[in-house]
Amino acid sequence: MASSPFSLTQEREQKLTEILGHYPTKMAACIPMLHLCQDQNGWVSEEIIAFVAERLELPTAHVKGVVTFYTLFNQAPVGKHQVWVCRTLPCALRGSGDVLAQCEKKLGIHAGETTADGKVTLRTAECLASCGTAPMMQVDKEYHEDLTAEKVDQILTRLQA
Amino acid sequence: MIKYTNYLTTTYGQPEGWKLPAYEKLCHGYDTARKVLTTMTREAVVDEAKKANLRGRGGAGFPMGVKWSFMRPHPTKPAYLVVNADEGEPGTHKDRTIMEKNPHSVVEGCLIACYGIGAHVAYIYVRDELHLAKRRLEEAIAEARARGFVGKTPFGSSYPVEVYVHTGAGAYICGEETSMLNSLEGKRGEPRLKPPFPAQAGSFGCPTTVNNLETIAAVPTMFNLGCDAFSKMSALHDMKDGGVRLFGVNGHVKKPQIIELAVGVTIREMIYDIGGGVLGDKDVLAVIPGGSSTPILRPQETVHAPDEKNPMHPWHGKSVFDVPLGVDTMRGVGTMLGTCCVTVMAEGTDPVLAFQNLMQFYKHESCGQCTPCREGSGWLDRTLKKILAGKASMKELDDLSDIASNIMGNTICAFGEGTAMPAMGFLQKFRPELEAYVRGEKKGKDARLTVSFEASEQAAE
Ligand SMILES: Cc1cc2nc3c(=O)[nH]c(=O)nc-3n(C[C@H](O)[C@H](O)[C@H](O)COP(=O)(O)O)c2cc1C
Ligand code: FES
Repeated sequence: MASSPFSLTQEREQKLTEILGHYPTKMAACIPMLHLCQDQNGWVSEEIIAFVAERLELPTAHVKGVVTFYTLFNQAPVGKHQVWVCRTLPCALRGSGDVLAQCEKKLGIHAGETTADGKVTLRTAECLASCGTAPMMQVDKEYHEDLTAEKVDQILTRLQA
Repeated sequence: MIKYTNYLTTTYGQPEGWKLPAYEKLCHGYDTARKVLTTMTREAVVDEAKKANLRGRGGAGFPMGVKWSFMRPHPTKPAYLVVNADEGEPGTHKDRTIMEKNPHSVVEGCLIACYGIGAHVAYIYVRDELHLAKRRLEEAIAEARARGFVGKTPFGSSYPVEVYVHTGAGAYICGEETSMLNSLEGKRGEPRLKPPFPAQAGSFGCPTTVNNLETIAAVPTMFNLGCDAFSKMSALHDMKDGGVRLFGVNGHVKKPQIIELAVGVTIREMIYDIGGGVLGDKDVLAVIPGGSSTPILRPQETVHAPDEKNPMHPWHGKSVFDVPLGVDTMRGVGTMLGTCCVTVMAEGTDPVLAFQNLMQFYKHESCGQCTPCREGSGWLDRTLKKILAGKASMKELDDLSDIASNIMGNTICAFGEGTAMPAMGFLQKFRPELEAYVRGEKKGKDARLTVSFEASEQAAE
């Protein structure tokens, strides 16, 4: 098997070793390892799929099958920042439609697109377990809750800077 | 009846309430697990747990002690505990608060549960988006390990327990227990056929108990108070629906929140006492009692149980909003308790748009394994969009019921029922509103899900 040109940073390699110790099989590390790789690379490339398959002794098709099943694995490059606006009913009852419209207007893109400067990818999300503090959106690894037009504006301005 | 309690939420809002010193100061910090692991037998733990009448907090309401009793020691295979923190059911926002604000209750619960079911490893499966929750859990596990509570010899006992956090990658279906097991094993999160049940062959082919995160977080409280005393705090103790739990209220109320109460509160109390009333003081159009898969209820619905032997008889003739929220009581009014987080919709909300919003969710989240679910959820969503656009015929509207009933019972997992049951609820209870679109009396572009907060604006409308 040809070695993949992708490699993890030393810190992430250590984390991987620790993760492998949690499970009775190597396969079980598949999703956590894909997360480690995506954290480093921003998206899951063919090289990463080959890297994970080789390291966990899995067929490439298995890893690809996993990557395509889960919505959080990016199968193509995305913006530097990712914004997810929750669109599901409890958030929609409290104005997530307006939040999304505001994001689209300010960023000049539609949901599912990335700004031309590559800074922000805008997407909708399904319920993010924050219905009591709706409307809400996730920006990278952070939740922003009880959104108002003012808050949304501030958050986006920061991302665009 | 509202009975405020503060066991699961003791550390909420406290300075660094998620850390071990706060847990030790406020919650008997691990004394309960110490007592259980050093003085009780496994069998005694399970027998005691049964007395709590704790109905699983993940949505199906299965009695937790009974589930634990299904675990039989296997001659060669290890056993596992899998804690379900995938919290993805629309309208559900409770487990996240425990992970962020009281993570030690989960770790201590894992110790007791592992001991009871004969497992030495617990995996807490957290949906990936909950980054703060994962961090808090991991920090709590590290603190507990540093003190020797988690590890090779918890409290000096010879019963090793390890607790790990495992993350998903964005798939609602992974909340379904067998899908979760596949996901934990590093596979696509497609549900498995049952049997075998997880207690026979769960994670890695070994006996496994899957419990919701709140179920596990309640375990230290149960054993600290005594499981019978825990059960009796509930107004529905006689219906074997015991204890205290987290209740949520969201949507069109003034004070959406998560709060701990004894079982027994009604929907009306959730809206007006806990939720502070409806935005703009409007009337209630409908509520979804416990997550989007639980059929919708309207305030004008009443309980019909004239027979004295019917367990619902005490509420005969009353509004469904005055029935205590319980696993069997909600079944008794034709819906489900689900996750016990109530979504409130005010008068003025467009029910057809709400219906379509939810069907879009199910279409997006169907794993695609079973044809009736994959095709049916897409069909429901498409037809509803067509109805909203004023382009659907009466025949297409009539077909929706058939599509929904064709999903029921024809899928590997309960996602199918979770899609079809709420669909049937909307179809039965909002037929005139749906017909108004087909007849062209209403237009999709005017449909709204938000209502105005201002009571005065309401008058001007
Ligand atoms: C489609 C689907 C999604 C589910 N999502 C969750 C979930 O997010 N969290 C959860 O605890 N249970 C969820 N469940 C229920 C689980 O399958 C399982 O019954 C539960 O975790 C058992 O724990 P309990 O007995 O402690 O409630 C889901 C079920 C289905 C069918
Ligand atoms: S609906 Fe948006 S967080 Fe639940």
